[in-house]
Amino acid sequence: MSTPSSPTVAPPRRTTRRVAIAGNPNTGKTTLFNRLTGMSAKVGNYPGVTVESESGELKLARSGVVTLVDVPGTYSLTARSAEEQIAIQAVCGLHPLEQPDAVVLVVDATQLTRNLYLALQILETDIPLVIALNMVDMLGELGLEIDAPALGRELGVRVVRVSAQHGDGVDELRAAIDETLQAPERARPGPRWIPADPRLRADIDAVAEHLPPLWRLDSARRRDALALWALLSLDEHDELPDAPPKLRETVLARRRQAQADGREIEAEVIQGRYAWIDERAPLFLRQRKAPGVSNTDRVDRVLLHPALGFAVFLLVMGLVFQSLFSWADPAIGLIETAVGALKAVAVGALPAGLLNDFIAEGLIEGVGSVIVFLPQILLLFFFIGVMEDSGYMARVAFLMDRLMKSIGLHGRAFVPMMSGFACAVPAILATRTMERQRDRMLTMMVVPLMTCSARLPVYSLLIAALFPPDRIFGVLPVQGLLMVAMYVFSTAVALVVAAVLGRTLLKGKSVPLLLEMPPYRVPHWPSVVAAMWRKTRVFLSEAGTVILACTVVMWLLLTFPRQAETDARFDEQIAAAQSSLPAGEALEARVAQIENERAGEALRSSYGGRLGHAIEPVIEPLGFDWKIGVGLLGAFAAREVFVSTMGVVYGIGEDVDEQSVGLRQRIKQEAHADGRPVYTPLVGLALMVFFAIACQCMSTLAVVKRETRSWTWPTFLFVYTGVLAWLLSFAVFQGGRLLGFS
Amino acid sequence: MTSLDLLRPGVSARLVSIGGDRAFRCRLMELGLLPGTVVRLIRRVDVGGVLELEVRGCRLSVRHGEARQVSVEAGA
Repeated sequence: MSTPSSPTVAPPRRTTRRVAIAGNPNTGKTTLFNRLTGMSAKVGNYPGVTVESESGELKLARSGVVTLVDVPGTYSLTARSAEEQIAIQAVCGLHPLEQPDAVVLVVDATQLTRNLYLALQILETDIPLVIALNMVDMLGELGLEIDAPALGRELGVRVVRVSAQHGDGVDELRAAIDETLQAPERARPGPRWIPADPRLRADIDAVAEHLPPLWRLDSARRRDALALWALLSLDEHDELPDAPPKLRETVLARRRQAQADGREIEAEVIQGRYAWIDERAPLFLRQRKAPGVSNTDRVDRVLLHPALGFAVFLLVMGLVFQSLFSWADPAIGLIETAVGALKAVAVGALPAGLLNDFIAEGLIEGVGSVIVFLPQILLLFFFIGVMEDSGYMARVAFLMDRLMKSIGLHGRAFVPMMSGFACAVPAILATRTMERQRDRMLTMMVVPLMTCSARLPVYSLLIAALFPPDRIFGVLPVQGLLMVAMYVFSTAVALVVAAVLGRTLLKGKSVPLLLEMPPYRVPHWPSVVAAMWRKTRVFLSEAGTVILACTVVMWLLLTFPRQAETDARFDEQIAAAQSSLPAGEALEARVAQIENERAGEALRSSYGGRLGHAIEPVIEPLGFDWKIGVGLLGAFAAREVFVSTMGVVYGIGEDVDEQSVGLRQRIKQEAHADGRPVYTPLVGLALMVFFAIACQCMSTLAVVKRETRSWTWPTFLFVYTGVLAWLLSFAVFQGGRLLGFS
Repeated sequence: MTSLDLLRPGVSARLVSIGGDRAFRCRLMELGLLPGTVVRLIRRVDVGGVLELEVRGCRLSVRHGEARQVSVEAGA
């Protein structure tokens, strides 16, 4: 590592220069990124992993417009998994990522020594570096003083004092980046800590032999840095699939040899870097006075109090849940009304017919079914943004760790799981707050089991129609208890499924919890809003298109084929009614009735209706007939559509809701050919169990597809919930019959 | 010598060694927990099964079981 760097190689051909912005988590990196790019950021995805990459335009006086790329927050370049590997790939430009022309490292001034560890690692890689010393405004409170020029001298690079929160020093940072791009040689002073032990030197050289040429080992410094990276990152259990086997073997062999000699390579390297930092710290870091009790301490005494903290936690979660559940409602209602009005306009403006129907029921309804999610998504991401930015999210994970760990999940999975009670779509988008891919997958696979608000109308209808409004012991209402039981049941299933999947298919080594508890800070509101909007835009453009396409397909299934002769029959009936009845209410009622029957007939003979017939043998053991089958298919568009689909199937019209007396009556009266009632309380229960478990929601499947970037996971979700729903409904229905219920 | 999970809240100690698997040791060391580093126990939250530490001016939380693998010398 002491060898001087070789001449710079020509950068790969591209038009704009790239600057990567890296830093520890909770250093205000995102806020600074937003300040520098002026909210112009675009969201993309790192190849091969479900980690978001953000990039924006940075305008510089001399270098012009350059691309600023956000590197996921990390304490070290050392990696154990494909996701953690992004840090080294993004900083060094390892395949398939492009090499940045410079790196801006955001350093939290209040936690300087720990942050400098990453600075040393980046200096070793020989990429031009600028340090943004953030949170300098917090130093006084802690009694700390940092001599930035002295720090710059020791590190050999520019150090700019900034406050991302207040925007101080951002122009100076911009100028420093500009200068660095103009004279990159001066920003790559080489490694600070240099391994002195010849045995470690030999380890590095041995490993460097097997580094893949794809990593462009054009300088001795870069080669050494990557060899050290391999020595610390690779082992028997790492999840780094693209590390060459020969490289891993060499690392393992050197480690074994070192152990035999009583050495530990990792400790030598990490302690070496920290020793360099700790020896020089007195030159640039001074503790003026002992820190008093910080505000964070005072707040944590309440928020992490065993009893009080839990109460506040439940209150906060209650607020989030309440907002998703009921505050979003007026906005959702407004969107639905607007979509309805737009449909009416379209129907009125175009001649009646297929095109008219397609535009109203296919396209406008489809767009409506996408934007109807916006209120909940915006609200949830607002709360998540506030919780992340303020530092409370780390406390949530802290308080929930034991509970979530017992089902094989991370404490952070709590918020998405809870949001699932409102709607699975925003909840699945919220799984991004978890770092490990495996944790995200596991959470996504169980979130759809939580009782979302769209299931409520279905439960309400079935419970009101089939169960008596009695009270047990005169106090406990049967209907209310059943509703609560459905919530408890679905939550229990979700927890059991998480525990089972987490121990089988999504088995992952339980990673040690090492969570930073950042100081509480007032969120940077523009960043919260920007993040909220970015997530929403991704939903609209990617999941939205799939949902729209699915709505159109559903419309096609439930509309075609058209039956000319039955249509003519209903036209005749209408004509007959018009000639026999005087104009007035009676006639209108009769025509409406005929139209409803026509709609019912059309649906029953559509492809969807035929599909309902086709699946009847499958759902018969659950006590369902083919008409319920059609309802289940219709519920794919959105679960609550089950109610209006049943309205159409039974020829009562689609303008029914769960309160509709006509539909309840019809459900009670509906009978099989032999006169047995179709719906009994037992069938109702089996149907509710089916609804509770089956992930028959195309929007959820579309979002899972978007988030996992594969069709495998949504397919798995659909199949496993379908099979489980069938089995449990079967158990309820057949078990109930065995016990003598009908 | 004792282990980290046995410290009383508010008590500082000097880190002696970290046990457990390689990945865990590496992670702690990279966060600046090295032999000789002063560690202070801030609080235990038994509901969550975790405890909060202060190291190098920064707060970290670890699980009880993992803290047991960190030996410390009390009275720093």
